[in-house]
Amino acid sequence: MSETTAAGSAPGTDTSAVSAQEPGSRRDRGNGNGKKTATGTKLSLGHSLGLVLALAALVVLGIITGGTRFLSVDNLMVILQQAAVVGVISIGATFVITSGGIDLSVGSVMGLATIWATTLGTQAIAMDFHWLIMVFTALAVGVAAGLLNGIIIAYGKVVPFIATLAMLVAARGFAELISGRQTQIVSVPGFTNAFRRDILGIPVIVWMFVLVAVAGWFLFNRTTFGRRTIAVGGNREAARLAGIKVNRHLVMVYALSGLCVGISAVMMLSRTTAGSSTNGYLYELDVIAIVVVGGTLLAGGRGTIFGTVLGVLIFAVLTNVFVQNNLDSSVQSVVKGAIIVGAVLLQQRFSSHSRT
Amino acid sequence: MSRITPRYLSVAALISATLLVSGCLSNDPEEVEAEDDAGAAAAEPAGDNAEAGEDVVIGFSGPAAGHGWIGAITEGAQNQGDEFDDVELRVSEGTDDVNEQISHIEQFINDEVDAIVVLPFDGAALTEIATEAMEAGIPVVNVDREFSSPFAARTTILGDNYGMGVSAGEYICEQLGDQEDAVVAEIAGIDSLPLTQDRSEGFEEALSDCGLEVDNRVAADFTVQGGESAAANLLQAAPEIDAIWNHDDDQGVGVLAAIENAGRDEFFMVGGAGSANMMREIESGESVVEATVVYPATQAADGVRLARLLAQDRAMGDLVQIEVPREIQLYAPVVTADNVDQYLPNAFES
Repeated sequence: MSETTAAGSAPGTDTSAVSAQEPGSRRDRGNGNGKKTATGTKLSLGHSLGLVLALAALVVLGIITGGTRFLSVDNLMVILQQAAVVGVISIGATFVITSGGIDLSVGSVMGLATIWATTLGTQAIAMDFHWLIMVFTALAVGVAAGLLNGIIIAYGKVVPFIATLAMLVAARGFAELISGRQTQIVSVPGFTNAFRRDILGIPVIVWMFVLVAVAGWFLFNRTTFGRRTIAVGGNREAARLAGIKVNRHLVMVYALSGLCVGISAVMMLSRTTAGSSTNGYLYELDVIAIVVVGGTLLAGGRGTIFGTVLGVLIFAVLTNVFVQNNLDSSVQSVVKGAIIVGAVLLQQRFSSHSRT
Repeated sequence: MSRITPRYLSVAALISATLLVSGCLSNDPEEVEAEDDAGAAAAEPAGDNAEAGEDVVIGFSGPAAGHGWIGAITEGAQNQGDEFDDVELRVSEGTDDVNEQISHIEQFINDEVDAIVVLPFDGAALTEIATEAMEAGIPVVNVDREFSSPFAARTTILGDNYGMGVSAGEYICEQLGDQEDAVVAEIAGIDSLPLTQDRSEGFEEALSDCGLEVDNRVAADFTVQGGESAAANLLQAAPEIDAIWNHDDDQGVGVLAAIENAGRDEFFMVGGAGSANMMREIESGESVVEATVVYPATQAADGVRLARLLAQDRAMGDLVQIEVPREIQLYAPVVTADNVDQYLPNAFES
C-alpha cells in the first residue's frame, strides 16, 4: 500500500527537518519563555514535509486506481467540500490543543448549532428578515458554547477534558430536546442559494475553508494572540510570569474554537440542507486525529495550521480513494487507525529528540 | 434499526439550562417542531380485544437515540398506553446503556408489573434479565431486536431487515430487469450491525434473481451528515448509475442533498424505513426517489397491545387460536407513487 510507504518515508525527511530547526522546536519546560517557540512556523513546514509526501502518495494512488475520474474537477470539489466542514473545526481545535487544552464538545455543539439555526422559530424570522439570521444563530450558539467552556476551564479550574466532555453530553441532549429528535429541513431559499453556489468555479464552502485557514494561519503565526497561545500551552506558569493574562487568553481560545464550530455548522447546513441532532456525531474524534496527525502536539506548546490543513486533506482523499475503488468501510477504518498511530509515533520521536 | 447514539438526557437538562441563560439565542425551544404525529397514530382497536378488561400495569423500556424512527417507536408505545383505560403504561427513560436498561427491567420486576415490553438496545445483553422476568411470572414482549434465548420472551415482534433488502431488490429488478448491464448502487447503514448485514444480504439475493448485482456500495451511519458524505463520494465513483438503494430514510435527507449538489438525476432511488419525508418526495413525482421499503415504527405500539392481552390472559382477535402468538414478523412493503396515500398518514417524521 503506498500510503504506508509514504508514512514510512516520513521519518527520514522529518528527522532532518527537525534537527535543522532544533533550537526553535525545543520545548524548554524549565526556563520556559514560551515565546521562543513562536519560531514554530519553520518547524511546521519541516514536519509537514512528511504529510505533503503522504498526501502526494494518496493522490498518486487515486490517479492510478481512478484515473481521470479521480482527477475530474467535480471529484476534487467533492473532496475539498468534505474536507472543508471538518477542516474549519480543526483550525479552531489547533489553537485549543496548542494551548494545552482539548475541546471534545465540537461535534455536539455543531449539532446543536445546526438544529438551532433550523428551528422553526429561527427559520420564520430568517424568512421575514434575512437568511443571515440563521448564520448568526449558528455562530452565536458556537461562540456561546465556546465561551462557557472557556470560562469553566479558566476560572472554574476544571480540566478541559472534563469541562468539554460535559458540554459534549449536554449540547447533544439539548439538540435532541429542541429538535424532538427530528431532522429539520432548511426551507429558507436565500440561505441555501448563498452557500451552495460556486464562485469562480469553486464552491462557497471551499472558499470559506480557505479563508478560515488563512486567517487561522495569520492569527497563529503572525500575531501576539498566536504567540501567547503557544506560550500558554508550553508553560503556563512561565506565560503568566511573562505578563500574559492566561485565564482571559484561554477563554478566548475556546471561544475561537466555538466560532469555528459555528462556521462549520453553517457549512454543514448548506451541504445537507438539514439541521439534525446527529450532525457532527463523533467529529471530536476526527478533529483530534486530524490535528494530531497534522503535527500539533497533544501536550500543547507546539502547533501548525498548515499541518492541520494537510491532515484534513489526507483523510478526505483517503475516503474518496476508497469509495472510488469500492472498498469495504472496515478496511478504511483500519487504514485510518494506522495513519493516526503512525503520525503520533513520529511525533513522539520528535518530542523525545527535542528533550534530549 | 438499532443505532449507537450517545444519549445523556439528564445532565443535558441542567447544562442546557445554563446555555439558555447565557442568552445568545434568538428563539424559543417550544416553537420547535409542533408536529408530533411521528409514527403509530393509534388506529381503532379491532374486534373484541378493544373491550375493557381487568386493569393491568405494563412496563416499557426502549433505547434512546437522536433518530426519527426510535422517537416514533417510543411515541407509538405511549399512545397505545393512553388509548386503553385498563392499561397503566410505565415508560422508563430511554437509554443506550445496556446496564441501565437492565436496571429498568429489574425495577419493573420489583414493582411486580403485569407485563413488560422491551425494545432492547442490545438483544443479547438483555436476555438474562428478561429470562428472570419470565421466571418471575411476568410475560415479556420482545420488540425489534431479538433476545438470544427463546425462554426470554413470551412473544417477539420483529421487523424484517432481510425482507427490506428483498423488497428493495425486487422493485429494482422490476424496473431494470431487462438491462443486464445496469449499474446498481447501495448506501448501507452502519456496516457492523447485523441488521445492516441482513438488509444487504436480502438485497443482493433479490438482485441476483434478475441477473443484477451491486456495483458500488458505501456505508454511512444512519445520520444525515453520514448519508451526505457517503453519497457525495459514491456519485463521484460511479459516473452512470441506474438505481440506488439507500437503507435508511433518516440518512436519506443527506443522500438527497448530495444528489442535488452533484446535479445528477439519471437514476432512481429506493429508500428504506419509510419516513414521511421520503413519502412526500415520492408523492411529488419530481424526485429521484421512486419508492421506499417500510420498516414499521409501530412495533412497540403492537408490543403494548399484545402485552395487554397477555396480562389480561386474553386471545388475539381474528385468530382462532386461543393464545397470543409466539412470534410476529412484520412485512416490509414497498411504497410507491401508487400507494403512498395509504402509508403517508402513519409514517414517521425523520
